[in-house]
Amino acid sequence: MNKRVENADEAVKDVKDGMTIALGGFGLCGIPENCISALVKKNVKGLTCISNNAGVDDFGLGLLLHQKQIKKMISSYVGENAEFERQMLSGELEVDLIPQGTLATRLMAAGYGMPAIFTPAGVGTEVAMGKEVRKFKFNGTEKDYLMEYAFEPDFAIVKAWKGDTQGNLVFRLTTRNFSPLVAMSGKITIAEVEQLVEPGELNPDNIHVPGIYVHRIFQGENYQKRIEQRTVRKKQ
Amino acid sequence: MLDKNGIAKRIAKEIKDGYYVNLGIGIPTLCANYIPKGVDIVLQSENGILGMGPFPFEGEEDTDLINAGKQTVTLLKGASIFDSAMSFGMIRAQKVDLTILGAMEVSENGDIANWKIPGKMVKGMGGAMDLVASAKNIIVAMQQVNKAGESKLLPKCTLPITGVQCIKKIVTELGVYDVLPEGGFKLLERAPGISVEHIIKSTAGKLIIYGEIPEMKID
Repeated sequence: MNKRVENADEAVKDVKDGMTIALGGFGLCGIPENCISALVKKNVKGLTCISNNAGVDDFGLGLLLHQKQIKKMISSYVGENAEFERQMLSGELEVDLIPQGTLATRLMAAGYGMPAIFTPAGVGTEVAMGKEVRKFKFNGTEKDYLMEYAFEPDFAIVKAWKGDTQGNLVFRLTTRNFSPLVAMSGKITIAEVEQLVEPGELNPDNIHVPGIYVHRIFQGENYQKRIEQRTVRKKQ
Repeated sequence: MLDKNGIAKRIAKEIKDGYYVNLGIGIPTLCANYIPKGVDIVLQSENGILGMGPFPFEGEEDTDLINAGKQTVTLLKGASIFDSAMSFGMIRAQKVDLTILGAMEVSENGDIANWKIPGKMVKGMGGAMDLVASAKNIIVAMQQVNKAGESKLLPKCTLPITGVQCIKKIVTELGVYDVLPEGGFKLLERAPGISVEHIIKSTAGKLIIYGEIPEMKID
């Protein structure tokens, strides 16, 4: 089953104004750089973006923010991003901050066919406002859990290290982060990969996302792979 | 009075052989520098690492390998990588033995506030709410008194809270405290050169003192 498309432009061709898109990546690590550029070029507006972070001013989702393409951000941490801050404070940008584990698990739930999950994260805080709370006895203690719904994004977009034309994906190191969960959540899932290979070239034992979750795949190009916090130690 | 490294050194003594440990950003990260000799632990980073190592040598950074603070790191032998759902899964399932994190305020019933200051730009809670709601053992590293001289060990948190009744131990520049299940900060140790009177003055919440309070040993 060949899911290969030519490039990012073709992959995002039917993303429309007002849609909800989940994107993989943690900070700038493992973000789908090519598809973000294609969305910037396409200039679709009014997007709701589900992503752990919102990029930086001049890279990642910051590029979409800069063109005011995002109506609402659903994230756990939005970091150092002056344009984000300006749009949020002026009310142009709606922001839904949710706990990181809740974000990951709501994406996972979609891919596992579960409409909701129960988590203790946020119980008793403003995150719990308006949400159903249930008591469960679990792991030896009884406590409150919040019900959180699965995300159902129109599109899910991830970047993988390797992928084959069947859509099977392999991630490298911590670029994995949210990406498998994002990939599983999409009604349509797009994967851009550093190396697109033929079926049979990936070891079936090492696949992180089976191709059934992926609808379009293409070989990405010109990856910048920026580092946000370069921390090193000196050689003795 | 302890500096940041002093607080980290004291907390590091709480880390036991065989622990899986999650270290938050700031002072908690410094604890990794003071793990006692012979104590074998595994560091978890919630973006999806077990077996996180120190920062890479200059020139050996790998853009695909960062920790939850988005810093370049390395992997130790025996490390593993996984997705963020599994990462928070192991946190929720209490497989991680100890979580060390920072706080802006802790209340005498163990509530913690560390993610939001009204009127200031909110950056988000990241993994803090998941960690405090699930960890079986949390130690808070924090400044007990802010620059304005106000105590941050309070009867009740004034900032939006991150989690309820979840903190059991606190290490500050002035002392070490247990948060009792029935409420109250039980003073266990004084920082070098700090008097009990000083601590009483620096604690706004209910402070519990039984008998002589020893000075902590950190070296």
